[in-house]
Amino acid sequence: MKIHEYQAKELFKKYKIPIPAGGAAFSVEEARKVAAGLGGWPVVVKAQIHAGGRGKGGGVKLARSADEVNTVAGQILGMTLVTHQTGPEGRMVRKVLVEQGLNIKKELYLSIIPDRASAKIVLMASEAGGMDIEEVAAKTPEKIIKVFVDPLLGLQGYHCRQLAFGLNLPPAAVKSFMPMIQNLYRLFVEYDCSLVEINPLVITAEEAVIALDAKVNLDDNALFRHKDVLEFRDLEEEDPLEVEASKFNLNYINLDGNVGNMVNGAGLAMATMDIIKLAGAEPANFLDVGGGASAEMVENGFRIILSDKNVKGILVNIFGGILRCDTLARGVVEAAAKTGINVPVVVRMEGTNVEEGRRILAESGLNLITAADLKDAAQKVAQIVK
Amino acid sequence: MSIFVDKDTRVLVQGITGKEGQFHTRQCVAYGTRVVAGVTPGKAGQDMDGIPVFNTVADAVQKTGADCSLIFVPPAFAADAVMEAADAGIRLVVAITEGIPVLDMLKVKNYIEGKPVRLIGPNCPGIITPGEAKIGIMPASIHKPGGPIGVVSRSGTLTYEVVHQLTKQGIGQTTCIGIGGDPVNGTNFVDCLSAFEQDPATRGVVMVGEIGGNAEETAAEFIKTRMSKPVIGFIAGITAPPGRRMGHAGAIISGGSGTAQAKIEAMKAAGIHVCENLGTLGELCQKVFK
Repeated sequence: MKIHEYQAKELFKKYKIPIPAGGAAFSVEEARKVAAGLGGWPVVVKAQIHAGGRGKGGGVKLARSADEVNTVAGQILGMTLVTHQTGPEGRMVRKVLVEQGLNIKKELYLSIIPDRASAKIVLMASEAGGMDIEEVAAKTPEKIIKVFVDPLLGLQGYHCRQLAFGLNLPPAAVKSFMPMIQNLYRLFVEYDCSLVEINPLVITAEEAVIALDAKVNLDDNALFRHKDVLEFRDLEEEDPLEVEASKFNLNYINLDGNVGNMVNGAGLAMATMDIIKLAGAEPANFLDVGGGASAEMVENGFRIILSDKNVKGILVNIFGGILRCDTLARGVVEAAAKTGINVPVVVRMEGTNVEEGRRILAESGLNLITAADLKDAAQKVAQIVK
Repeated sequence: MSIFVDKDTRVLVQGITGKEGQFHTRQCVAYGTRVVAGVTPGKAGQDMDGIPVFNTVADAVQKTGADCSLIFVPPAFAADAVMEAADAGIRLVVAITEGIPVLDMLKVKNYIEGKPVRLIGPNCPGIITPGEAKIGIMPASIHKPGGPIGVVSRSGTLTYEVVHQLTKQGIGQTTCIGIGGDPVNGTNFVDCLSAFEQDPATRGVVMVGEIGGNAEETAAEFIKTRMSKPVIGFIAGITAPPGRRMGHAGAIISGGSGTAQAKIEAMKAAGIHVCENLGTLGELCQKVFK
């Protein structure tokens, strides 16, 4: 789960990680109030969306007076912010974070992630802060310090020293950096984060270490033990169809093409999208109905695929294992009865109870196109949308 | 011959009295798998279709000599279940459970390192040696006993598709393993490839990968330098958009790495026969393995 910068900073505050004074605002009025309460100019007004690269896109602006806050907050709130992470359609800005401007001496990079290859928790730091870290990693990997932590032992003092001295921190900053990194690690572990990133982490003229930015992603699989952050989920930042699908435990991702598809299993779903493309068409979605889908889930899957107006044909590819073909067939028939299927549907089924599934579909009177195998299915559906 | 499991493997099921545990235990038993025990805390003394249930894995191992554990425990308790099995002297742990938190798996992975236990999964369909033992949730009927091909995959139903195509071509399997779709898992591609290379009955391998991570690249390097048997490779997710998790927690293109294209190139460079169209996999196998 992604959360906003201002929400990540609430978590930082809880873990005593220094952040600039500030607060979130949902209107120009509120932005002015927050700014007035900060006790000094300039302030920074930052767009709150679930994507990086906000500064370059014009979503982060400086204000030196109350009037300027009015102007820039007015510009940012309601704007469609386009960054390299939003895609060309951009993202509507509905809230801003207003913060005290700082006297910045140096910008650093700091992050914590679980590393799949080494099965360790990795802390990464760099003096090349404020920049796109992927670019730094690609061009000058020697500028990134990596510290690998055994999750059973946890963060040790020497890990912190490696980072502090590797970053060439001034002595006063080292002193505040050490507890900060301990707290950040604690936050990472205690909230089951999949990413904690501060870019930039700044050293001020007064040699204070402050998290100017904050990015926290949470492991969806661990949310069951972090009920307090569930309220951080911002449905407005998600695709409406994907939100709808998540209500039924369906794994759905909206894409640009016109061939809807419904598959059981994530790997087979990806492979089905690929074969649609190979047949000369474009997939409209990724939809994994899961191993143990019920007829109701299948029915809702159909409804969601059909509410994407680009869809001109649907390919159903089910390899029955735990999900039996007869269950799938009943779901298809239900969906047709309730929502009405107004585009051609190609069905390819194999595996558990396939005969029963085929019988149900054949006797339903629905106009379905059956396919002998995967290749046949993709070609048939590609032909339809041509 | 086969790898990791055969007709003598003595299986215990953790979570045997749950809905999934019961259903799949019965399927495994029907296939001929020797399921000798079940574990559900608090239900010792009961039985499931005559299979004795114990409170702890240690008890079950001591009383029945089980050497393999099949895990259906819910995600919140699954990491604990794997470590319990490892501590009780289980040699092979097959974790079916989907949705285990990543940090839990990091701990498990570091905990079992150096212990005489192999973990398959989690979030996987399990392992089957056709005609001998099915330890997992895969549909039995699609497999063909007798070899000579080994199958290793990060996916579930995609593996079934691959096995089904092999069987339709009249090509049997020695052992089929799903290593799971999570970012942190136990047994990896290289472990399986290495075992297949050493298994005299296996004459070739089909390896099924997907976007995310670099497991396929590492496997390609191994195949290039250490493997004499032919390998056919397939990668799912050529059309997957970057930054989106495609169902599996591990299937995500992040920071420009883990793309299908990079994996396919690495596989081709290693001399792997790459299948570009899943619909034609069976035919390619017929050509390469004949």
